[in-house]
Amino acid sequence: MTLLSIRGLTKRFGAAEVLKGVDLEVNKGEVVSIIGASGSGKTTLLRCVNLLEDFDGGEIVLDDVAIGYVKRNGTRRRLGERELARQRAMTGMVFQSFNLFPHLTALGNVMLGLLKVRHMAKAEAKTLAMNWLSRVGLSDRAMHLPSQLSGGQQQRVAIARALAMDPKLVLLDEITSALDPELVGEVLDTIKSLAKEGTTMLIVTHEMRFARDVAHRTIFMDGGLIAEQGPSAKLFRNPGNARLKEFLKRANI
Amino acid sequence: MEQFLHELWIARWPLAQGLLLTVEISVASITCGTIIGLFGGIGLTYGKWFLRWPIRVLVDCIRGIPVLVLILASFYLLTFAGINLTAIESGLLALSIFCGAHMGEIIRGALQSIPPGQIDAARAIGLTFPRILAYVLLPQAMRQIMPVWINTGAELVKASTLLSVIGTGELLFRTQEIIGRNFMTLEFYGLCGILYFLVNSMIERFGKFAGQRFALQ
Ligand SMILES: Nc1ncnc2c1ncn2[C@@H]1O[C@H](COP(=O)(O)OP(=O)(O)O)[C@@H](O)[C@H]1O
Ligand SMILES: [Mg+2]
Repeated sequence: MTLLSIRGLTKRFGAAEVLKGVDLEVNKGEVVSIIGASGSGKTTLLRCVNLLEDFDGGEIVLDDVAIGYVKRNGTRRRLGERELARQRAMTGMVFQSFNLFPHLTALGNVMLGLLKVRHMAKAEAKTLAMNWLSRVGLSDRAMHLPSQLSGGQQQRVAIARALAMDPKLVLLDEITSALDPELVGEVLDTIKSLAKEGTTMLIVTHEMRFARDVAHRTIFMDGGLIAEQGPSAKLFRNPGNARLKEFLKRANI
Repeated sequence: MEQFLHELWIARWPLAQGLLLTVEISVASITCGTIIGLFGGIGLTYGKWFLRWPIRVLVDCIRGIPVLVLILASFYLLTFAGINLTAIESGLLALSIFCGAHMGEIIRGALQSIPPGQIDAARAIGLTFPRILAYVLLPQAMRQIMPVWINTGAELVKASTLLSVIGTGELLFRTQEIIGRNFMTLEFYGLCGILYFLVNSMIERFGKFAGQRFALQ
């Protein structure tokens, strides 16, 4: 069953066309990784899906609803802030730089959306948040501020914060790039266990081995377009695109 | 010394009233000023040009005018516009506007220093902008400006002495009245100075305490 369907997505920043017509389908329960050189538009693609950026053409359909814009008699108009917020809540996003709220504890970070977006009662929100913190292995760090946590722990809190909202789709943007090498493993393990449980994820990553082993399908982006895609095992073993071959050689997997 | 204590006993109530009024005016104007500054700072940071631009001009003008001029203007000029305020009211108005303009600039600085990733993360969990302001941006900005805010409070206590020129019965005005009666210039100005110092060092104490309490580590 198709959960996310991107059709002909185009996006420009001023004169620069950053996405040049991206088509992508993601099924429910599928884990799709996106690889590609820096500047190829991976982050922008994720940000468009989460409605953090507006886009110029094409459409993004999430769970059978075209998001971000309304079309009325031929003209296309960005939705209002309220509606955008409601649609954003359907996707979770984890960022390269964690972006935890520094004035809130780990628990407070996870609870904020539960209280203020899902309007849960405090006790219920706390139980659910603690549940997620323990799933990422941090129940003993619930009362710590982000500044008191290691990078790997912060990123796991960020994962719990996104997942606790019960999103239909989770977007991960190079979530291990800002981490010291010895902390990468704990974060990737968390993602692996989510993948096993059937969480639908779109993962931008530089960890080629992780993409190959965890993602059902891998997308190679080049210059604002999807240059090649296929089942991860096949794409890494037998790349067709010349640019992909070169990219993989440089990443020396 | 004995004579000073005697005069002090006579002057105790006017002095206490003056001190109380000084504190009241300072508290009221920092409260109003902070509210004005919140709106100003939010407008300056996130407003569209047609909101940002007029606020910018206002804030820069007010910050460029000496407080004394603001006080005199709100006392004398507003009467020409048919608005008659008492000395205390016009003093409050002037100090609130003065404080508001400075707080607006301070709050803008604090909001702008928050990494844009904070808004991204808050949006990503589905918060609308007013909630992002209330739960993510302002708590961080307010913690950050706490020391400056306390400092502004102390500045206001000092600036409130200027209200004596329009006859507001705050501490300095009362002191001058008392000296007019007993001519103990040195003693009572000295006492007045000590009282201001005490008030401001209490504010500073409170600031340090609050700063530690709300620090982000
Ligand atoms: N906010 C922005 N304003 C202008 N240009 C941008 C902005 N964000 C990204 N870009 C440009 O868009 C291109 C794609 O960026 P990005 O999506 O971040 O690529 P990737 O994540 O694959 O490295 C880059 O050339 C980048 O400079
Ligand atoms: Mg990127």
